[in-house]
Amino acid sequence: MAVSVDEAVSTGPARDRTPPVRRRSGRGRSVLEVALLTVLAVVMLFPVLWMIETSIKENRDVYAVPAEFIGFTVTMEHFKDVFVGPDGGRSALSVAFLNSVLVAGASTVLATLLGVPAAWAYSRFAVKAKKDQLFFILSTRFMPPVVVVIPIFLMYRQVGLIDSKLGLILIYAAYNLPFTIWMMKGFVDEVPAEYEDAAMLDGYTRLQAFRRYTLPLLVPGIAATAVFALIFSWNEFVFAIFLTSSDSVRTAPPAIAGLIGGTTTDWGLVAAASVVFALPVLVFAYLVRKHLIAGVTLGAVRR
Amino acid sequence: MAGIEVTALHKRYPDGTVAVEQVDLSIGHGELFVMLGPSGCGKTTTLRAIAGLERQTTGDIRIGDTLVNDLPPAERDIAMVFQFYALYPHLKTRDNLAFPLRAEGLPKSEVLKRVDEAARLMRLGPLMDRRPRQLSGGEQQRVALARALVRRPRAFLMDEPLTNLDAELRADMRTEIKHLQGELGATMVYVTHDQVEAMSLGHRIAILNKGRVEQIGTPLEVYDRPASLFCAAFIGSPPMNLIEVEVADGALRAQGGLALTPPPGLSRDCHLVAGVRPEALEVTAPGAERSVPARVVSAEWLGDEIIYVVDHGGQHDVRVRMPPTVRFAADAQVGLRHTGGTPVVYDVSTEELVA
Ligand SMILES: Nc1ncnc2c1ncn2[C@@H]1O[C@H](COP(=O)(O)OP(=O)(O)OP(=O)(O)O)[C@@H](O)[C@H]1O
Ligand SMILES: [Mg+2]
Repeated sequence: MAVSVDEAVSTGPARDRTPPVRRRSGRGRSVLEVALLTVLAVVMLFPVLWMIETSIKENRDVYAVPAEFIGFTVTMEHFKDVFVGPDGGRSALSVAFLNSVLVAGASTVLATLLGVPAAWAYSRFAVKAKKDQLFFILSTRFMPPVVVVIPIFLMYRQVGLIDSKLGLILIYAAYNLPFTIWMMKGFVDEVPAEYEDAAMLDGYTRLQAFRRYTLPLLVPGIAATAVFALIFSWNEFVFAIFLTSSDSVRTAPPAIAGLIGGTTTDWGLVAAASVVFALPVLVFAYLVRKHLIAGVTLGAVRR
Repeated sequence: MAGIEVTALHKRYPDGTVAVEQVDLSIGHGELFVMLGPSGCGKTTTLRAIAGLERQTTGDIRIGDTLVNDLPPAERDIAMVFQFYALYPHLKTRDNLAFPLRAEGLPKSEVLKRVDEAARLMRLGPLMDRRPRQLSGGEQQRVALARALVRRPRAFLMDEPLTNLDAELRADMRTEIKHLQGELGATMVYVTHDQVEAMSLGHRIAILNKGRVEQIGTPLEVYDRPASLFCAAFIGSPPMNLIEVEVADGALRAQGGLALTPPPGLSRDCHLVAGVRPEALEVTAPGAERSVPARVVSAEWLGDEIIYVVDHGGQHDVRVRMPPTVRFAADAQVGLRHTGGTPVVYDVSTEELVA
């Protein structure tokens, strides 16, 4: 998908797409800027770097004092341990990764399937108290998960969703839905309703008009929204640790956290598992970065 | 093709806005009918109700002999051209044209034939393989028109289709639409807030104001005898001078001495306003025959004419259209003379034409 939202819904003459250039006078200033940014980048990236280093160090090097930045023996043992269990079979971590893929994927699909039509409806139709409804929908995101996790735990126990992947999928979808609706509504608003009007006059039903004309134009927006939802579900920790307990159901974040504690902690394994965990999202985000930017600049694109 | 009958149309939006108070229209088979009115008067809403994109609150709409109140847009067999052309951005011109036909499920050969025909009619040959983004505004509008044509609908609805074009192109397209309409004998409802467009295009014009029809008539009727003070002030550029007058000594007399021939059948005791077109007045040398003393307040040179704003001692200054050869300086003392025939006269309290 090489179209950005901007291009796809562009209707008028081409707009000036260059962002306003900030001009800074003087060299000193820019040197200072670069220096500050470098410091910031080092501070921000150090944990990541350290994680990667740890994942390829042997365990005795991990504990070496003073810490060794370079010149340690590189090993891939930890990465092997992430996927292969002590008995030579599949490791618990690898099961957790598969669970993560399933839960994050399914909840994102669900949120998108429900959220996109809802956003379309909110954008196109006169709904009673539309603003209040939208505010209510958004307000469900005001609380962090940890606030509602106990009641949800109790409810899940009643209905038998506790410690099940379906339970996680549902709660993540529910949690992503408000976000999906809000973000998608912005994208739908950008697509002129006249397309659908014209299609309806041409003989299509309202739903056909939506499917055939509006939907294709929404693809970039859907991609952006889905990526955000996916990242949330992938990273989610609080619900996962409260609502699941068995190895066969757990997702990666609580599984990795579970490696810490006990008498000794295999930091190499923790780091390797974390790298494996972070990689898909990084790669994915990189691939769809254009769409992500479209999502972030939502509302900045005016018709 | 078919006529369109709109009876007692009323539209109230869910938020309480009454967009159309009461509209009755009877549009003939093959007629180019223009709805003209200021922004927000309910033109688009009326048009969308006819198209079925908006459900009227009350009132009936008939297309041909069919009552279409409950028919979805798809079944009304009508084509609409939007102000913003609503070409599908991801489709080439060719496919944009073919789409409505594919919706009908026509066989391929027929689709090809009709697309070619419409393309020829609107001269789209070289544009067939471009996407809307690669077309200029005028070209997009031609494609939009062609898209409306291919279906051979029972009627065309156009909502300010030329507003986004520059003046020159607009004039060209106007001619083109008029020509096309005549050629096809199409029933066409054309919405605009541009009176020049309305005058030059319409067989008949409906002037709308605040969700009501103020007047329906041919361009000439509408120009010569605006049915209400609103129409009088709306049509013409500059519009009619509305001069407060009294009936005295067999004439309509305004403050400042201007006297006009009264139309027959005036009742004496109402408060009257005479509508006088700027071209029915004349600026003369001071003291000229039948003139009243006046002063030039300002003059607007438009090239082919001059619009003088003249103070004749009345309550409002009047505008006078003069040929560019007659020149007076601002502040000059001049004469003002009425040269037209009997003016139209309105009752101030009802705002309607009395004679
Ligand atoms: N969907 C809507 N909900 C509520 N009010 C609306 C809606 N659409 C239009 N209106 C209101 O109805 C009135 C008539 O609108 P309409 O679009 O018919 O005007 P118009 O004559 O086409 O004006 P313009 O020349 O600006 O296009 C306006 O006051 C407008 O604000
Ligand atoms: Mg309008």
